[in-house]
Amino acid sequence: MSAQTLYEKLWQSHVVHTEPDDTTLLYIDRHLLHEVTSPQAFEGLRLADRKPWRLSANLAVADHNVPTTDRKDGIADPVSRLQVDTLDQNCAEFGIAEFKMSDVRQGIVHVIGPEQGATLPGMTVVCGDSHTSTHGAFGALAHGIGTSEVEHVLATQCLLQKKSRTMQVLVDGSLGKGVTAKDIALAVIGKIGTAGGTGYAIEFAGEAIRALSMEGRMTLCNMAIEAGARAGMVAVDETTIDYVKGRPFSPKAGQWDQAVAYWRTLHSDEGSKFDCVVELDGSAIKPQVTWGTSPEMVVAIDGCVPDPARETDPVKRGGMERALIYMGLQANTPISQIAVDKVFIGSCTNSRIEDLRAAASVAKGRHIASNIKLAMVVPGSGLVKHQAEQEGLDQIFRAAGFEWREPGCSMCLAMNADRLEPGERCASTSNRNFEGRQGPGGRTHLVSPEMAAAAAIAGHFVDVREF
Amino acid sequence: MDKFTILDGLVAPLDRANVDTDAIIPKQFLKSIKRSGFGPNLFDEWRYLDHGEPGMDNSSRPLNPDFVLNQPRYQGAQILIARENFGCGSSREHAPWALLDYGFRAVIAPSFADIFFNNCFKNGILPIVLDADGVDQLFKEVAAQPGCRLSVDLDSQTVTTPGGHMFSFDVDSFRKYCLLNGLDDIGLSLQHADKIRAYEERRRQSEPWVFN
Ligand code: SF4
Repeated sequence: MSAQTLYEKLWQSHVVHTEPDDTTLLYIDRHLLHEVTSPQAFEGLRLADRKPWRLSANLAVADHNVPTTDRKDGIADPVSRLQVDTLDQNCAEFGIAEFKMSDVRQGIVHVIGPEQGATLPGMTVVCGDSHTSTHGAFGALAHGIGTSEVEHVLATQCLLQKKSRTMQVLVDGSLGKGVTAKDIALAVIGKIGTAGGTGYAIEFAGEAIRALSMEGRMTLCNMAIEAGARAGMVAVDETTIDYVKGRPFSPKAGQWDQAVAYWRTLHSDEGSKFDCVVELDGSAIKPQVTWGTSPEMVVAIDGCVPDPARETDPVKRGGMERALIYMGLQANTPISQIAVDKVFIGSCTNSRIEDLRAAASVAKGRHIASNIKLAMVVPGSGLVKHQAEQEGLDQIFRAAGFEWREPGCSMCLAMNADRLEPGERCASTSNRNFEGRQGPGGRTHLVSPEMAAAAAIAGHFVDVREF
Repeated sequence: MDKFTILDGLVAPLDRANVDTDAIIPKQFLKSIKRSGFGPNLFDEWRYLDHGEPGMDNSSRPLNPDFVLNQPRYQGAQILIARENFGCGSSREHAPWALLDYGFRAVIAPSFADIFFNNCFKNGILPIVLDADGVDQLFKEVAAQPGCRLSVDLDSQTVTTPGGHMFSFDVDSFRKYCLLNGLDDIGLSLQHADKIRAYEERRRQSEPWVFN
């Protein structure tokens, strides 16, 4: 057999049937569901009198609409409440495993899948959510799907798919102090643009990637979609296997050795060919801060807001000008002079234990600046929250003036009560800085957890390497 | 999706051109978490005298007696006839969902908006294009004869009136196949159910932990 990329191996091992035009019926091992994109799919099943093909493939959790403050009173907004209640009812009716809002295992769908071992190397993983790319960190083929496809997967355990092209993003060298997976992700998007990965499945490789923890790899793959690629992935190695071991859904003793032996084959073969290769020097990456309304509008912390006047492409120039107006920024302003109003540490990009530890290490023994209206930490799951509390991280954050919240998507997309007011500026560890993403008129700057914590302490962006 | 073979149904005439999807189902109803239940709000702005919002008890709302679907003789209609460019406007699949939920299985018009036309097939509704003269003749027969029913035969691609007029219509062969067999995407994929099961069997051997 000729040398194969990781993507080709994952694809080939899931082909059920191929049509003459190469449309492929691809088998789906794991299907994750949340409350926003599933109701019509369940309704579709009901109307067609269909049952889920394989119940054990599915795991559901409510995350987008859940409140991050006291949950004893339930959800105040009736529309949000209805969506969550609907998920509960659908899961009960069809027999799908669900972590309810009161369950300590509840959390953001892309945090709990890996945390539970529901995401495993070699799997195909889908969810009605674009950030499903996160799960590719495990050497899995993972991507988001639409509501009709949610129904299709529920009913058939398959998806109709065409093969993607392959891109290798090679990051060699080692990251400097204070530089994280989030900075790699933003630097990659800054380099290739938000459409750079369109039509590709990206494999992240190289020394800097191998040195990342699983949390870091998830952060990176999470943002593959922001680079335009539906799927991002990292080859399996000891780091992967160590993370997976002993989790509730992971293979048990009798199957473990067999699983590990197979998982060790999940890497791109020597000599395998990618359709495209992008290289970055990891040692040259600095902490990144977005300045505009697209993740590709990003500069290093020691840089300045770019000047549209120096952009020769008129379409890009127009986009930059509109972004600066929306963001309330002047060209050529040093990034470190931009003051923030709110700080959000959370989201499926950066709400895992390692992210919270990193932010806490910056906040420890310090206090948020007087101009900060709100600094909040929203753990990615109840279990992350619990672990952080065991480690005393909540105390560090509280002492520093941060709010310590219940798990969920929260101010990543402001579907619950957590949101920016018009004109407010936020240092956020989330993944999208689109207009209005964190609330109408809100201004989002994407950064790493360390950089967000440092901005909260200083009241403006600062270089965490010198903090 | 239900099979569509022969439909013998009561006809309701909606004598308007350019019926848009906002008229078929107004935007406030798109907040729903459902794909069904839109029937009571089909043509909401024409059908009721007050302003409709989701969650209202539609049975107690004041009906517009002039609107055709409110007339006793058209209760239980399954076939809608209309004029040019039916279903124009947005791509909302809520429009065919609402028609289907109300009870319509076929819509006959001289022309349809493209997206709406596609959406109908996905939901088991047959949109039939007849020439303007043919549609005009149907309007006349329906008006003249209370309880007028039409027989729509998808296999032979014909519409027959009680008076014995027969009209032929075109339909794309793949779509016809899907409708005749009640197949949507999912239905088609399920035709490979044996292959899916065989695949699962193989994987159960090689990677049993996936199926835990
Ligand atoms: S945290 Fe944000 S990006 Fe992630 S699933 Fe929730 S809303 Fe989507």
